[in-house]
Amino acid sequence: MKIINKKVINDVGGVRITQLDISSADIASKSLPGQFVMLMVSEKGERIPLTLVNADKDKGIVSLIFQEAGFTTKSLGKLNPGDALYSLVGPLGHPTEIKKFGKVILVGGGVGIAEILPVARALKMAGNHITTILGSRNKDLLILEAELKSASDEIYIMTDDGSYGRKGFTTDMLGELLNKDKYDLIYSVGPIPMMKRVALVSKEYNTKTLVSLNALMVDATGMCGCCRVSVSGEVKFSCVDGPDFDGHGVDWDELEKRNKVYSVQEKHICNLFPES
Amino acid sequence: MKKEPVKVKEANPEIRIGNFEEVVKGYSEEEALSEASRCMQCKNPLCSSGCPVGIDIKKFIHHIVQKDYRGAYFTIREKSNFPSICGRVCPAEYQCRKACILTKKGSPFASEQAINIHFLERFAGDYGKNNNLVVPEEKEGKFSRFKVAVVGSGPAGLCCAGELARKGIQVDIFESLHKTGGVLRYGIPPFRLPWDVLDFEINYLKKLGVNFITNFLVGKAKTIKELFAQGYSKIFLGLGAGVPSFLGIGGENLCNIYSVNEFLTRVNLMSAYKFPEFHTPVNIGKNVLIIGGGNTAMDSARVALRLQKLKGLPLNTTIVYRRTEIEMPARRLEIEHAREEGVRFEFLVQPKEFIGDEKGFVKKLVCLRSKLGEPDSSGRRRPVIIEGSEFELDCDLCVIAVGLKANQILINATPELKTDKYSDVIVDLETMESSIKGVFAGGDIVGGEGTVIEAMGMAKKASKVIIDELSK
Repeated sequence: MKIINKKVINDVGGVRITQLDISSADIASKSLPGQFVMLMVSEKGERIPLTLVNADKDKGIVSLIFQEAGFTTKSLGKLNPGDALYSLVGPLGHPTEIKKFGKVILVGGGVGIAEILPVARALKMAGNHITTILGSRNKDLLILEAELKSASDEIYIMTDDGSYGRKGFTTDMLGELLNKDKYDLIYSVGPIPMMKRVALVSKEYNTKTLVSLNALMVDATGMCGCCRVSVSGEVKFSCVDGPDFDGHGVDWDELEKRNKVYSVQEKHICNLFPES
Repeated sequence: MKKEPVKVKEANPEIRIGNFEEVVKGYSEEEALSEASRCMQCKNPLCSSGCPVGIDIKKFIHHIVQKDYRGAYFTIREKSNFPSICGRVCPAEYQCRKACILTKKGSPFASEQAINIHFLERFAGDYGKNNNLVVPEEKEGKFSRFKVAVVGSGPAGLCCAGELARKGIQVDIFESLHKTGGVLRYGIPPFRLPWDVLDFEINYLKKLGVNFITNFLVGKAKTIKELFAQGYSKIFLGLGAGVPSFLGIGGENLCNIYSVNEFLTRVNLMSAYKFPEFHTPVNIGKNVLIIGGGNTAMDSARVALRLQKLKGLPLNTTIVYRRTEIEMPARRLEIEHAREEGVRFEFLVQPKEFIGDEKGFVKKLVCLRSKLGEPDSSGRRRPVIIEGSEFELDCDLCVIAVGLKANQILINATPELKTDKYSDVIVDLETMESSIKGVFAGGDIVGGEGTVIEAMGMAKKASKVIIDELSK
């Protein structure tokens, strides 16, 4: 649980994205793309889920990449090499299904770009043709372009303001690609509104679409149901049934509302300890 | 003239709902002596037959009468590992006290006149705890080369670990959460079972040499096969029943509808009632409904009331139950405590649908009235819905406490482990061994939702078999 290495990937315009490499031989040896860990920064901390971005089995090190957005991720970002997490458990959730699908499109937005990286690498290894679409607000906020480029056969960058790549949303590009050609799988991680739009667009073309959901969790072992989501009319627990689900079946509005259930407390605690 | 039962001291309801401190204060020596003297010392005592582990109740009470508290403690310890815990959480009115000769025949639970065996047990247990009475170790050199893995640090796991470690077997307990104790920590609120009582038992195991490995989820981080390959001779599964049941009605995923496990875990394990000092939040409402009639329903109602009090809200927490008070499976004491504290009850009410506001938060619960019909398979009378009885209850926070099912992660990761239709692990009830040789199981993962003492009984049985087999 000791932090071995820390890298601030991006720190522009109040958006800080950080990578922590953490020592955990048990988790590293079992981690597969798509799985996550639960962690606590301190004994009084919250338990939060973060996707495993990389696992170095030989060195026994796992890597997490996160945006310092809320109280807990900000506290996490304050840790330095040599510090230890209070709690780290994993790997949790089902791994993403990795096999030869054929032609695959990966759509990543914001810090979700980090989360598609392990899946991109694994799908590429499995012999798929990988087309990656990355989206960010502007050029400065884009992360891991080089890493994803090397894991992809084609890559497209979309920025909201047109400062890099093409101006527009990831879904604009997704629509164009699907219009031109047939794809076997779409895998998407990013903000809920983006994943929701990805699912809407791909539905028109009847293309299988997997999304990795970021529901709130407490134990993450199937015991609390905090992370329940409705998928194709059935109640599922993101932690043990997911985190990957059929994007066409997800009740996005419900998920979006449920993820805001503690927004008042979040604001309160961030105001209370602005330095943390 | 027959002496009246000695009432146990309790914290004042108006004050205690402002904190999470223990409600039942326990007997003083004088009170314990007085209550113990009421025991008739029956020639053929019935009480022990009501105890799932067969504690010699007559004998331990006699020890108390003789002021031999040490003797009382060790008499209980012959059968029960955790007298201080069981004395606090055992549903005695359905067990030993119901069997007591002073309970009226045919009563569904103990009469008030029945000896307060649980309070006497707690007295003896706490005496042992406060005087550091320790059951002598029986370490034998021949066991020191064996390693046993216990999965889960709840009542079953703790008990099994203690029994094995006492013999000198090396025990590693794997716990997926960051704290040990299982349901005793995340489920039972500290006002019923204070953490120091639990920690005392855990520290005793640590002194015995038991190794606790927290943050480790067996089934994901390691499989059963891998544990054997690591050199464990036997594995005991005390996985528990932690998967919450929901009602399966409309609107159940609205915000502020909690499973009982989520609500209690946030408050107990994560100390959300101390937010923001502790960073895990929990919401509270002005009109709180708790669905269910078991101990977890009572616990969440009393937690909700405390959260309302701490927030300065008017106390308004209601338990909604589809049968009547008699059929409630909760301990009678918990029902009484909940009522004293101000929890309201709506009996014979069946939830039909939740209605939410535009932000996705729950606003109302549509309900149906019911009446009691014929007994069902549980022997309790089945609620029958009254046509046209639909009505609404205001509800801005709801806790669903309608049962818990077996934890699934390890079971799903272990196809060779045979389970029944409830997904509980199937064991040979003589040995507690599962379908995998060398893998034993006990507690709620075997019997479904049970009690601490039942879990302990199963764990003790398994530990005996494990010790026997390792002796060969």
